Amino acid sequence: MSQLPRKPTQKTEAGAYDLELVREIAASMKGLDGPLIPILHALNDRFGYVDDTAIPVVANVLNLSRAEVHGVVSFYHDFRHEPAKRHVLKICRAEACQSMGAEKLFAEVAAALGDSAQVTLEPVYCLGNCALSPSAMIDGKLYGRVSKEKALAEVRK
Amino acid sequence: MTLRIYIPCDAAAVSVGADEVADAIRTEISKRKLDATIVRNGTRGMLWLEPLVEIEEAGKRIGFGPIGIEDVPSLFETAAHPKALGDIAEIPYFKSQQRVTFARCGITDPLSVHDYEKLGGLAGLKKAIALTSADIVKMVTDSGLRGRGGAGFPTGIKWNTVAGTTAAQKYIVCNADEGDSGTFADRMLMEGDPFLLIEGMAIAGLAVGATKGFIYIRSEYPHAFAQMNRAIEIAYTKKILGANVLGSGKTFDLETRLGAGAYICGEETSLLESLEGRRGQVRAKPPLPALQGLFGKPTVINNVLSFAAVPTILAEGSAYYQEFGIGRSRGTMPIQLAGNIKQGGLIERAFGFSLKEIIEVYGGGTYTGRPVRAVQVGGPLGAYWPTHLFDTPFGYEEFAAKGGMIGHGGIVVFDDSVDLARQARFAMEFCAIESCGKCTPCRIGSTRGMETIDKIIKGEDVANNIELVRDLSEVMRDGSLCALGGLTPMPVLSALDHFPEDFTPAHQAAAE
Ligand SMILES: Cc1cc2nc3c(=O)[nH]c(=O)nc-3n(C[C@H](O)[C@H](O)[C@H](O)COP(=O)(O)O)c2cc1C
Ligand code: SF4
Ligand code: FES
Repeated sequence: MSQLPRKPTQKTEAGAYDLELVREIAASMKGLDGPLIPILHALNDRFGYVDDTAIPVVANVLNLSRAEVHGVVSFYHDFRHEPAKRHVLKICRAEACQSMGAEKLFAEVAAALGDSAQVTLEPVYCLGNCALSPSAMIDGKLYGRVSKEKALAEVRK
Repeated sequence: MTLRIYIPCDAAAVSVGADEVADAIRTEISKRKLDATIVRNGTRGMLWLEPLVEIEEAGKRIGFGPIGIEDVPSLFETAAHPKALGDIAEIPYFKSQQRVTFARCGITDPLSVHDYEKLGGLAGLKKAIALTSADIVKMVTDSGLRGRGGAGFPTGIKWNTVAGTTAAQKYIVCNADEGDSGTFADRMLMEGDPFLLIEGMAIAGLAVGATKGFIYIRSEYPHAFAQMNRAIEIAYTKKILGANVLGSGKTFDLETRLGAGAYICGEETSLLESLEGRRGQVRAKPPLPALQGLFGKPTVINNVLSFAAVPTILAEGSAYYQEFGIGRSRGTMPIQLAGNIKQGGLIERAFGFSLKEIIEVYGGGTYTGRPVRAVQVGGPLGAYWPTHLFDTPFGYEEFAAKGGMIGHGGIVVFDDSVDLARQARFAMEFCAIESCGKCTPCRIGSTRGMETIDKIIKGEDVANNIELVRDLSEVMRDGSLCALGGLTPMPVLSALDHFPEDFTPAHQAAAE
């Protein structure tokens, strides 16, 4: 029936990519109509990113070429090529949030985080919370009326 | 009598603390040993009041908002509460609307089929089961409903094309990619009244002879995705979905799919590519998706709000729906008022209202308290409007006549600190980031446009560079396969036409 519910990004140690598990996940979802993107989401959720070594495994299960799978992985912003840090902070920088100072918010948070080992900061283009701008998503949870202080406090908890 | 307390489960309400408020109320209930129950309703769309708590008293729902956890204990004291709003249904913002599609949203428990049916749900599907396929299509056509996803194509005509095909398999696809900045109606509906979308899609299935549907939901909407999955599961147990829809002997199966962070996947052919498991690259038309859509099969693809309008049309008749609106814009439009606005939210009204009324009467002016200078209507590909055009009646043709579009109904308000040269630059940047890469004017032109506007902002050779931006816009408009490249010139040119002063060296020097 429905695709597996999406869990917030989970982290694994880099290098802990279990290719047997990849095969298992891919095989279990193979029967879906259009299984590739659901499988990639499942890997992204389970491991925190889609490792290059998973590509031939998925390609093999679905009977696709590696190039096809690679092409799909690289097309979509969601599929990470390396693990995210402990926290993922996505700040919206689309128009409604811009009207409430999102550009400045993004720049200030980026400056405060520097090259933080704990936080992956990313732009996102609309979270559907445009009446309560600026918006952010922290580890999968949505926040409205976000200030620099609020965003930093959440990722430093 | 058990006291009923409503606290929205909507993602916007949750984003400002509704879950924490619900927890605090739960604690308070047990501390005071009250006979009370908490209902997590959808939002009424008065988003500046969220978290909006409602307590049922003598058949009325008394609102309190916005409520923080510190306000919770006093909700249960007898003295008048400083955040009391009175009978919530009487608040003018809410009462003055014409809630057709959002009639139940914010009122019911979104996952209760009992609530859904009690307030008119499933009447449309039952009616459809008793009709022929041709009659259903005719009702949708006669209602005047046009696609709410942006392009405004008549829904009945699209359905008629699919109904006219013969194929072993046809599909119903719901576009819930809602990528436009300033829009959230699809999300609000999926979280606040998910059975309505399911019902609308099932009716579409009956109308065209399709037995399977997919809802493609953007990954930025984890709440909506989870809620739709729960609702689908419940709909199967209640036989609204499955092999014998409401005992009709007809099959309709429904699944969700998650997008993967690509704005272009809102474009219908790119969405179909993505559903099939490929890069979201736009397909050339023809063939139309109606003839060769998902997996090459005849496919109805519509926006969430288009499907969600259909149950009412079936239940109340096409004339009922058709009587709302102006000109060729029939029915109601759920407006999403967003950005720098005091009272942002969802306002559903018959077509024909003005931006002025929405912004001043509903919105109450800007959040910052400064004067409104511009609004962008219809998402990132929509025009920037100056205040002197705020009287334009809201309708497809009426907006097109002024060089804009209504799109998916998002209105983003900016105060007088906005710099339209920078907004124009962003339009080009967004196009460059989100281009699917298939056509040169979109892929390369947008980057060139961004660089050229940068030069204008720096004051370099301004007159010639403005000409260059206009030329580039023309090339993008005429040489792009889809509306991402084709309409990016709309925000750019509207900024140039209505706010030329922002593109002058003097203005940019002052902004430094
Ligand atoms: C770049 C681009 C993005 C789009 N995004 C969406 C979207 O997020 N949601 C949507 O319903 N339609 C979107 N559309 C419009 C769809 O292509 C299509 O017209 C729509 O799904 C048809 O449904 P409707 O007739 O019910 O509006 C987009 C179009 C383009 C060109
Ligand atoms: S206009 Fe842009 S997004 Fe649309 S098909 Fe061409 S390259 Fe792709
Ligand atoms: S524009 Fe930021 S949430 Fe929509």
